[in-house]
Amino acid sequence: MKIALLGMGSVGRGVLEMIAAKDLGIIVTGIADSQSGVIDPGGIDPARVLETKKKTGLCGNKKISAADVVSNADYDALVEVTPTNATTGEPGLGYIRKALKRKKHVVTSNKGPIALAYTELKKLATKNGVALRHEATVGGAIPIFHTLEHGLAGNEILAIFGVLNGTCNYILTRMSDEGLTYEQALLEARELGYAEADPTYDVQGIDAAIKLVILANTIWGNGVSLKDVNRTGIDLLTPDALRLAEEEDCTIRLIAEAIPKKGLLRVSPRIIEKNHPLVVDGTLNAITLETDMAKEITLIGKGAGSIETASAIIGDLLLIRDRYVKRT
Amino acid sequence: MKAVLNSIYKVIVLQVSMKLEMKDAPGQLVAALKPISEVGGNIIAVIHQRDPDSESDTLNVQIVLELAEGRLDNLVALLKKQGVHIQRIGKERLLYRRTVIMIGHLMHTDLSDTVDRIDSTGFAEVSELSMSMPAVSERSSSRLTIKSVTRDDMEKAVSILRTVALEKDLLLIEPMEEIA
Repeated sequence: MKIALLGMGSVGRGVLEMIAAKDLGIIVTGIADSQSGVIDPGGIDPARVLETKKKTGLCGNKKISAADVVSNADYDALVEVTPTNATTGEPGLGYIRKALKRKKHVVTSNKGPIALAYTELKKLATKNGVALRHEATVGGAIPIFHTLEHGLAGNEILAIFGVLNGTCNYILTRMSDEGLTYEQALLEARELGYAEADPTYDVQGIDAAIKLVILANTIWGNGVSLKDVNRTGIDLLTPDALRLAEEEDCTIRLIAEAIPKKGLLRVSPRIIEKNHPLVVDGTLNAITLETDMAKEITLIGKGAGSIETASAIIGDLLLIRDRYVKRT
Repeated sequence: MKAVLNSIYKVIVLQVSMKLEMKDAPGQLVAALKPISEVGGNIIAVIHQRDPDSESDTLNVQIVLELAEGRLDNLVALLKKQGVHIQRIGKERLLYRRTVIMIGHLMHTDLSDTVDRIDSTGFAEVSELSMSMPAVSERSSSRLTIKSVTRDDMEKAVSILRTVALEKDLLLIEPMEEIA
């Protein structure tokens, strides 16, 4: 199976590393970062590109753009792992549209296009007889969409509750365990590389809300968007509040929840019993699904990381290969 | 912080805990539990601790149950008839309990008014309040425990708090709902 890969950040590099290290039967015919690209129908050596990128900061030729790779490379599936833009979805959204129109499968970790235009993109994929998969957009390595689609096939999903942002969960864990202030815990998260220089997107619950929108749209196809989410962040929490929760054998976590029957779509800090399955430590993510037949199922796993996210992308690619692409 | 429960027309359910003493003989415990179902009570817990070295011929059992308020006297009479001695009886009228945390300028925004907005409903009350105030200018944190008779009343009480939090610019942290 042939793939083209857009984006050479942590996720893109992780995917290439795993393709180089494991015998997955995946041939890379095109790669692009934000400034350069490489196309080779005969197959590109992922290890060599990783080295070039490390040395020069570029993955290939400046004359070849990501758009060129999407339009001209010979591939079965496009792996679109460029950075998320929550407002426009671009440039990823344009690349995904283009690839689907070329009747190419698309696998993405990019939350922007999926949160903004899932319904449209899904229709486009169906019309062209190809797959659009986005396991890596929610919960990092957790196979939430595979679980929903296969393991829980036939179940009605009644509600979802999730710890979907590792940065917030890390900060809250540290505030709770060590009595740190929000500012101290944030500083620590930054030093460890868990938080961005501008943490707004994480700590105000925007990232978790986007993932909730993706879950809701994928499960119920209800066309909700970020503005429909009732959202409260963690940046106003005090160590005293965590201590007051602690006195009742509880803690506070940022919980994303969707309960369609109650019309509820909310991200907010919540008091939660310490032995609740959603209370996970550090940067872990956790998702509880409530269904009619299976009742409650909780999945816990690494919510971010280069190889962890690559796991989700490779899972999607191999599923597409088995379902659509003939093996030769 | 005491609520005046003077306008409740619905059936009030009590949570009753009883300490019973009975003869330590076969069938006695079953005989003691039977009247509870006869009056429509719902047994929540039966705690039966027996000292194996005890020479005593009596058995002490603690029972927790839910019961409509008007039926308690009837239950007591039935138990007495069975020869069960009631050592102690405790009852609590408000069954639903929910704890929330509020963060913000709680004193400056009239804490007693915040509490009174719940207490004055007649169907819910703030039964516990813990607070920490780090410094006058800083935001304080508080934990409020609300009690109510029914689940619906609890939802109403929490929704009142949401409105108050919005009005007074307080951060309200609610508990996770139980998964039905």
